Amino acid sequence: MNGLVLDGLAVGHRRGRRRPAAAVLAGVDARAGAGELTVLVGPNGTGKSTLLHTVAGLLPPLAGTVRVDGADVAELPPAERARRVAVVLTERVEPGLLAVEELVALGRHPHTGPTGALGAADRAAVAAAIEAAGAGHLAGRRVVELSDGERQRVLTARALAQEPAVLLLDEPTAFLDVSSRVTLLDVLRGLAREAGLCVLVSTHDLEPALRLADHAWLLDRTGRLRAGPPEQLVADGAVAEVFDAPGLAFDPAAGTFVLRGDGGGPPVAVVAPEPEKALVARLLAREGCAVAGELAQDVAATVTLTGPGRFAVSADGGGNGRAVELAGWSELAAWARRAGVAP
Amino acid sequence: MKPLAALVAAVLVLFVAAVALGPVGVPPLDTVRVLAGLAPSDPRWGVVIGTVRLPRALTAVLAGAALAVAGALVQTLFRNPLADPYVLGVSSGAGLGVALSLAAGGAAGGAVFADGLVGLGRLGAVGAAALGAAAVLALVLVLARWVRSMVTLLVVGVMVGAVTTAVVSLVLVWSDPRIAQQYVVWGLGSVDGTSRGDLVVLAAVVACGLVVSGLLVKPLNALLLGEAHARSVGVPVRRLRAGVVVAVALLAGGVTAFCGPIAFVGIAVPHLARLLVDTSDHRVLLPVTALTGAAVVLACAIAGHPPGAGTVVPLNVVTSLVGAPVVIAVLLRSRRFALT
Repeated sequence: MNGLVLDGLAVGHRRGRRRPAAAVLAGVDARAGAGELTVLVGPNGTGKSTLLHTVAGLLPPLAGTVRVDGADVAELPPAERARRVAVVLTERVEPGLLAVEELVALGRHPHTGPTGALGAADRAAVAAAIEAAGAGHLAGRRVVELSDGERQRVLTARALAQEPAVLLLDEPTAFLDVSSRVTLLDVLRGLAREAGLCVLVSTHDLEPALRLADHAWLLDRTGRLRAGPPEQLVADGAVAEVFDAPGLAFDPAAGTFVLRGDGGGPPVAVVAPEPEKALVARLLAREGCAVAGELAQDVAATVTLTGPGRFAVSADGGGNGRAVELAGWSELAAWARRAGVAP
Repeated sequence: MKPLAALVAAVLVLFVAAVALGPVGVPPLDTVRVLAGLAPSDPRWGVVIGTVRLPRALTAVLAGAALAVAGALVQTLFRNPLADPYVLGVSSGAGLGVALSLAAGGAAGGAVFADGLVGLGRLGAVGAAALGAAAVLALVLVLARWVRSMVTLLVVGVMVGAVTTAVVSLVLVWSDPRIAQQYVVWGLGSVDGTSRGDLVVLAAVVACGLVVSGLLVKPLNALLLGEAHARSVGVPVRRLRAGVVVAVALLAGGVTAFCGPIAFVGIAVPHLARLLVDTSDHRVLLPVTALTGAAVVLACAIAGHPPGAGTVVPLNVVTSLVGAPVVIAVLLRSRRFALT
């Protein structure tokens, strides 16, 4: 089949000639299709980077095979491999005085002759790669002058200039701000769709990754890899099982992590339109209050939005009794903090 | 290609100046006549130029180009702006060879002392330096096959150099003080006293080294991406490392054998060249580095034989006293200075 197929793959670093290699992951079977964005997610230290290096052919597999469009990556000569698989690693690139086009042109390495001189086709490929990675406005600039987000686009363009069938990226979003992260993932998905590339990205940005990916590989701490559409992994509870921590839970419906209410605080009802209602509920949960439904009985207090940034808090259920006016979000937070620790 | 043409012109002018200037000044017209193969107005100038000035200028060109290119190679390989051709132990290996040959000569009899490092003694020293440099680089090359990372190779090179230097110290301490003095003189570096035969050998060795360097241009460019990325685009990194060691052995080893260790050129000239052409592309950088190195050593050779004065200033004194401050000033004034 087209794309990437892992078959019984074991990965890890060989420690020497005599000592046995320690497998970080073993028996991995997975596929990533051409034309799809696949994300590789998992907690720190589960072997995402080692797996990517092995898939890229930079680390020999301890067992099993990695196939790209049917060809075994470990068996390919380096130049041939480089024409099929391109990587963007976390390794620091020190571009010196290189301009954007010069750096991207280094991706033509497996296609050029012994001097590395660029032909017309190479130049066209470089220009197309810069455009496809959304780095067209950066042309002519020096790489050292770029921001982290811009630099990541240029490095992606460099990999694209290799004209590979498979594009691998190791935590490309690590140093980017929130909007650059989502934009980069979106660019990668566009590349997969439009150029028919098989794109595999490891990332810690679970929420945007699961939202934008066509396919997800989920690694857990036991070294098991589960693959499927993101929604399937969420629905099966696999994502929650891998990532949930004390006090933090993955909310399958919202696709985000929420603080787990521990139920220790007094129940508080919220009367407000969205999105203020959700925001008040989040604030109350953070301060230790349990959030009750609007019609719930036995609430300790009710918070009502009375105007922009204005709240009324009544100390008991029905909204009767003494109401306290709060003039802003910070006063609401202060009240909730007192209420949250109250017996 | 403008800077390239300007550099070629600068090298030519400095070359003529190096031939014309010295304790005995030769008129520029006669200098050009001799260089063009015509008879000068005074036959003495033909002798001065043919036996002293021309070999010196040619040696300066070869040494400058070779050391500068070797420096650029190791700076890119180790991705370290402080790397110079001697980090791999070339100079200490050559030094060991020279020290051993001096000591052996001293033990065999007093003849070597009389000659010092000229004549037969010089030939022995050159051969011994070449052998010593080759032995140390061969050791580093063998170790490089086992070494995983560039940093380890760098440390191995420095350690091998340290061991070799220690052995040199032992040899010098255990032998005649006059040998130690000659060793010190050798260590000051010199582009003087190369014979026609020396020049042929040196030119051949340097030419081989430059050809090997030229073959490494493409993978060296890819290495700017880092070692793992370079491998991912198909660069055989181990072979590249071996290629650089061989090139450095030919370039720096050859020059050190004939001229002694010449400090500073290998480390500083690549930086100057990068500033000059404003690129990290080795296809441009290496030729420019070679020409800049030739120009710098020619200028130092001129400064080392000041017109009108009867004395000679050792080459390493000139390079360090004059060259180092100039480089510092240039680097400080350039905001564009960046590694590799």
